[in-house]
Amino acid sequence: MGKICTVWNREFRAFWLSPIAYIIIIAFLALTNFLYFRTFFVEGQASLRAFFDFLPWTFLLILPALTMGQWAEERKTGTIEPLLTLPVTEWQVVLGKYLASVSLLGCILLLTTPLVFSVMKLSSNGIDEGQTLMSYFGALLLGATYLAIGSWVSSFSDNQIVAFILSLAAIAVLLFVGLPFVTFFVEGGFSVLLRNIGLTTHYSSLGRGVLDLRDLLYFGSMIFFFCFLTTRMVESRKWS
Amino acid sequence: MIEVSGLTKKYGEVLAVDDVSFSVSKGEIVGFLGPNGAGKSTTMKVLTGYLAPTEGTASINGHDIIDQPLAARAAVGYLPESTALYEEMGVVDYLRYMGRMQGVAGAAIQGRIDDVIQTCGLATMAHKDISQLSKGYHQRVGLAQALLNDPPVLILDEPTSGLDPAQIVEIRSLITRIAEEKAILLSTHILPEAQNTCSRILIISNGKLVGEGTSGELLDMVSGNEQYSVRLRGGDGTLRRLEQLKGVTAVSSNMENGELAATISAEKGHDLRERIFDTAVESGAKLLELSHTSTSLEDVFLSLTGTTGRRSGQEGGSQDG
Repeated sequence: MGKICTVWNREFRAFWLSPIAYIIIIAFLALTNFLYFRTFFVEGQASLRAFFDFLPWTFLLILPALTMGQWAEERKTGTIEPLLTLPVTEWQVVLGKYLASVSLLGCILLLTTPLVFSVMKLSSNGIDEGQTLMSYFGALLLGATYLAIGSWVSSFSDNQIVAFILSLAAIAVLLFVGLPFVTFFVEGGFSVLLRNIGLTTHYSSLGRGVLDLRDLLYFGSMIFFFCFLTTRMVESRKWS
Repeated sequence: MIEVSGLTKKYGEVLAVDDVSFSVSKGEIVGFLGPNGAGKSTTMKVLTGYLAPTEGTASINGHDIIDQPLAARAAVGYLPESTALYEEMGVVDYLRYMGRMQGVAGAAIQGRIDDVIQTCGLATMAHKDISQLSKGYHQRVGLAQALLNDPPVLILDEPTSGLDPAQIVEIRSLITRIAEEKAILLSTHILPEAQNTCSRILIISNGKLVGEGTSGELLDMVSGNEQYSVRLRGGDGTLRRLEQLKGVTAVSSNMENGELAATISAEKGHDLRERIFDTAVESGAKLLELSHTSTSLEDVFLSLTGTTGRRSGQEGGSQDG
């Protein structure tokens, strides 16, 4: 546990020492606020719908940039060698790095709260606080899943740009398979399967304010699965 | 402290390390010598747990590298060939991080950091960022990091590469200073370094251990390599007479401005200088120069490893990153 914290601490601070964290935060806030104020001014509505509905897509563009360097950079500079010859397990390093990126995601989501307060003030009939909280929880789980996928892609890429594009593609596939316009074209049972594999199904179910064990299980196992793959990928260097 | 038995490492089909066995005990500095791509770095990467052996095993401070990898790694201070550090971190920050990762207790960590900063001569650089440091100081931070948890075993991959001569002398004396309490395995392709620093030398070529011993023992392994270079003027038939001297194995010669320059190879153990002089006098030649060059470690190295650089690049090409 101590080693995980040590890795987490270094990685989390490294985010703030590089310009990448700031670029990502500014880009993300600009995009989400734009989407929010567009509905605010055009439709004259103060609603968080647009913000949460677009989150899977804004995350898609932004979160792979958080994880693209996670392993690719260590491999490129060679720092991975002193790191993995320390008395730590691969699992500890993977988890420490992963949790650091999730923590940054948490910071990013915290920075969107002014939006929520403005809606609270401006909206005529107020907002459903429970549902908003649940939507945030769903956003955290969704983002954490993106990060797990991005982390895994980074673990086998030597180049950050390649890692970015590949993770974006991998996440996009998981986003698209659950969407109605895809499931519409396939046969009954298979369409149910696709809908359940898709990320959006589970995300929007949480967004409605429903805490369903199946959604938790889905996100939990996705995160575990990709962290596990990352660990195996990092271990595989030994037998190269 | 380090026990290696039958260690073999293949990168796919390429045999990088072939059935290597050796041991390093406390108080010893063992030099790992070989041309580029001979398998030095690969062996070290296996010993430190970065790579898994294909066959064979090793133990460090009594801990098997496969069965007890964490205990084995905790007993090693490792300086990788690349000396890659986190450039964005400060020197002290980096050392604190590495210390925690090596399992140095929280209370002891500041003391250890101060110690290694002292030992490695980093005091003036301690508060800089690593990205501001020169190559030599990078190397020192790498070394400081390896010493943090005061490990019984040190594995140093080319500790003096990229340093200027003064720094090389400094690092070398540092290594000798800390050697008493530790088992040190260091790799190098610089022969004088191995000769000066190491109590024992392992010569590796094409993944195989081809020679082992003190530099004296290694010199004895290569026979027939006493050489004399002679410069003569006048005297007919001197060359033929020299060839007939007892112990001479070969004579090569050429004429330069009426002077005869000859290189005489002889078996080990015959000091031929006096007889070469006598022969020259007897045949009426004027002896202008006579020098005796005995076998150097370089000759040993070349003869044990075959031609150098034949496989160069192979090792580097097979590693990731």
